[in-house]
Amino acid sequence: MVYGYNGRLLEVDLSTSSVKEVELNEDTLRMYIGGRGLATKILWDRFGRRWDSIDPLGEENLLLLLTGPLTGYYPGARICVSGKSPQSNGVIGSTVSSEFPVELRCAGYDGIVVTGRAEKPVYISIFNDEVDIRDASVIWGKRGRETLAYLVKDWVDRYGWRPGRGLLKEPGVLYIGPAGEKMVRTAVVMSKWTHAAGYGGYGAVMGSKNLKAIVAKGTNPLPEVKDIAETERLIREVWKTHLGFNNLRYRGTSAGFLSVAAATSSEPVRNWQEEWHDRIEASTAYYEARLWVKRFWGDFGCAITCLKIACIRSGRFRGCITDNPDYEMQAYLGSNLGIFDPDSVVYICSQADELGLCGIQTGNVLGFAAELYEKGILDESDIGFPLRWGDTEAFAKLMHMIAYRDGIGDILAEGTYRAAKIISSKKGVDALRYAVQVKGVAVGAHGIRSGLDYTMETSYACSTQAGDHTSVANIPLRSGRVDLRESGALFADSAVLCAFNSFSVEGELVFRLLDSVTGFGITMDDWYNVYVPRILSIQRALLLIGGPDAYWEPIKDDDNPPRFYEPLPSGFKAKAVVDRGKFENLRREYFESLGWDERGIPRLDTLVKLGLMDVADELKRRGLLG
Amino acid sequence: MPIWIARDYVRCSGCRKCEIVCSLKHEGRIWPEASRIRIFMYVPGLEVPHLCTQCVDYPCVNSCPFKALSIDENTGAVRVDKEKCTGCGKCIEACPGAVPFIHPRDGYAVICDLCGGDPECVKVCEEVGYNALILVKLEKPRLDFDILKKGYARKPIDVTKDLSILLYGEEVV
Ligand code: SF4
Ligand code: SF4
Ligand code: SF4
Repeated sequence: MVYGYNGRLLEVDLSTSSVKEVELNEDTLRMYIGGRGLATKILWDRFGRRWDSIDPLGEENLLLLLTGPLTGYYPGARICVSGKSPQSNGVIGSTVSSEFPVELRCAGYDGIVVTGRAEKPVYISIFNDEVDIRDASVIWGKRGRETLAYLVKDWVDRYGWRPGRGLLKEPGVLYIGPAGEKMVRTAVVMSKWTHAAGYGGYGAVMGSKNLKAIVAKGTNPLPEVKDIAETERLIREVWKTHLGFNNLRYRGTSAGFLSVAAATSSEPVRNWQEEWHDRIEASTAYYEARLWVKRFWGDFGCAITCLKIACIRSGRFRGCITDNPDYEMQAYLGSNLGIFDPDSVVYICSQADELGLCGIQTGNVLGFAAELYEKGILDESDIGFPLRWGDTEAFAKLMHMIAYRDGIGDILAEGTYRAAKIISSKKGVDALRYAVQVKGVAVGAHGIRSGLDYTMETSYACSTQAGDHTSVANIPLRSGRVDLRESGALFADSAVLCAFNSFSVEGELVFRLLDSVTGFGITMDDWYNVYVPRILSIQRALLLIGGPDAYWEPIKDDDNPPRFYEPLPSGFKAKAVVDRGKFENLRREYFESLGWDERGIPRLDTLVKLGLMDVADELKRRGLLG
Repeated sequence: MPIWIARDYVRCSGCRKCEIVCSLKHEGRIWPEASRIRIFMYVPGLEVPHLCTQCVDYPCVNSCPFKALSIDENTGAVRVDKEKCTGCGKCIEACPGAVPFIHPRDGYAVICDLCGGDPECVKVCEEVGYNALILVKLEKPRLDFDILKKGYARKPIDVTKDLSILLYGEEVV
């Protein structure tokens, strides 16, 4: 046995309705840990040579739902959703907080591999080693809250009360909304009404498989660890450290709605035409007094509880519920659309949750459409109605059209990059100029022009997860913390835990916990010297191979959106802009720090040293490696 | 000295640290379905800490055909004699809140033992600042308290419905 793991995955083939267990060998776990690392390895092994022919929304793609050894042990449990991304056409590890992964691990699995496509809508039900593929036709087409309510009730009616044995808690559930069913590329995998695995577009992958949900319940303990006493001691140490994080604890990330604009000038405003505002109604003060019905809301083990529950209990948006909303949602569905009023922001965010749409990707494409409308490239006849900044109802309507692929929603449902290409060719303009995205992925809501946020010039341009603000390509690689820079995010996504629970403590503590759980003896040095280049080199190779509907060119596509080379027009950082020369130097430095050449191709000696000869051969075969 | 764990449902964050520490103490593992306190979440945001309230009349104790349950003189907790318990489930039926459950592996009834007077769940909940669980210490038994406590022996689904009205303004269950 391997400490910290169940040592097996569940593989469900929806084409043949068959289920099997896949053993995980210790070497693979030691080298790739779990989550994003393991996903990268599985995808490379299964598809490597024919990666470019795998359609992310085709039957062949895999949907991976992987935990890691620290899931449930490190405070803040998450699961990593992956596969070939319909946004970047590479591998994205996208995590979501939930009790689902804890249930899955207590059921005896470290993860699920879903292959094939069901003939009719189905959901997968896991109760310890009982695995069923069940009919989902009654919930197909249903929004988030109704979907979850049905699945929980159906399960609780069957197993929640066992005569003579008592109550069982409800199961963990991952599901998609209507947007995922329609294979909208900005669709997410949802949990708990408001939690989403956003980046990557895996809601669409789930939809492409006719898979509405996965329901899991386990009644066993978490997998055995190397040293339980030490593990408990370290867990308690993490909890204690978290008590010092009062801003996150009390206000969550929603404090950013005002501060990221007013204090760091890096918030998207009207499709990034500005990154500054000082709208006082964006302050958390207005949310907490009016909307928050629960101040601290967390997932398994979490002591940060950055989530707060917002519920509108009166007025025209009565009944809408969402979390906080958190900063990214506020920024992208608020300021990026010129919307600032708290009720409107909560309303529009709750609609994204209900439809199963990514607030970032969808807010980005909505802002993009609104700018095209402002510039006269799209008009009322294209959209069906005027699309003016700040018009909540209009944006909500368009968001609905995206989720159901109605009218122009069908084009916008392709995400900003692909929509820009379609609109460019239809209208004979260069709409990509207004697309604030990198390699198919809209960038997170942390601009780089002011230089005051945690992001930098290379953050999005060079990340293997493209626009992902939770995995930014920053240098130096090491910060001493498991934080949002790609090298740290890769750890959080592979050991599978919430990075908000890890960036707040000393990195050493996180690695000690990994060791007390697994006994692998992996040090921070090992992580940065071997693991980071190993996993990122494969991720980078797959990203550059790409296809079949999108390909990226090294250097040309390792660049920032054109908008970031336009000076900021307003605020205390007016005129700030990305300096191309500085960016290019940093890019070279970033690639170099990973053992990649100046074009970001993993060097032969790097690959040899990492034992990735198969990756080297494949890059050679494709002419990427000289 | 009898003690009791009061609960403030609205403050429960759903962090489930109580499940973690309770199962670590009693099972030596992290084991949510074997924890003596379990957080039910039929509806997101409506987390219900579910645990024994030590009813004044202890219907569970009286219902056991094998005399496996007894009352701890010190704390008032229900003690389960694992040797005598056959896992018949009578105590579960007798409990108005369906609090006891049969251990998922070992087959005996699981009921909170108040950690012998020093509840781990309360300590952790307090330590992290949520205060959803509050320790009530009584110098001597008090009838008014005994009567009041029994109101907390409720099924999680009923608490969920009430909480839904309180937090969301309507029943969303
Ligand atoms: S420790 Fe407290 S806040 Fe956390 S789940 Fe338990 S009762 Fe709720
Ligand atoms: S709450 Fe249930 S288990 Fe506890 S004393 Fe009352 S009847 Fe017994
Ligand atoms: S008092 Fe002790 S036994 Fe009872 S629920 Fe809390 S931690 Fe578990």
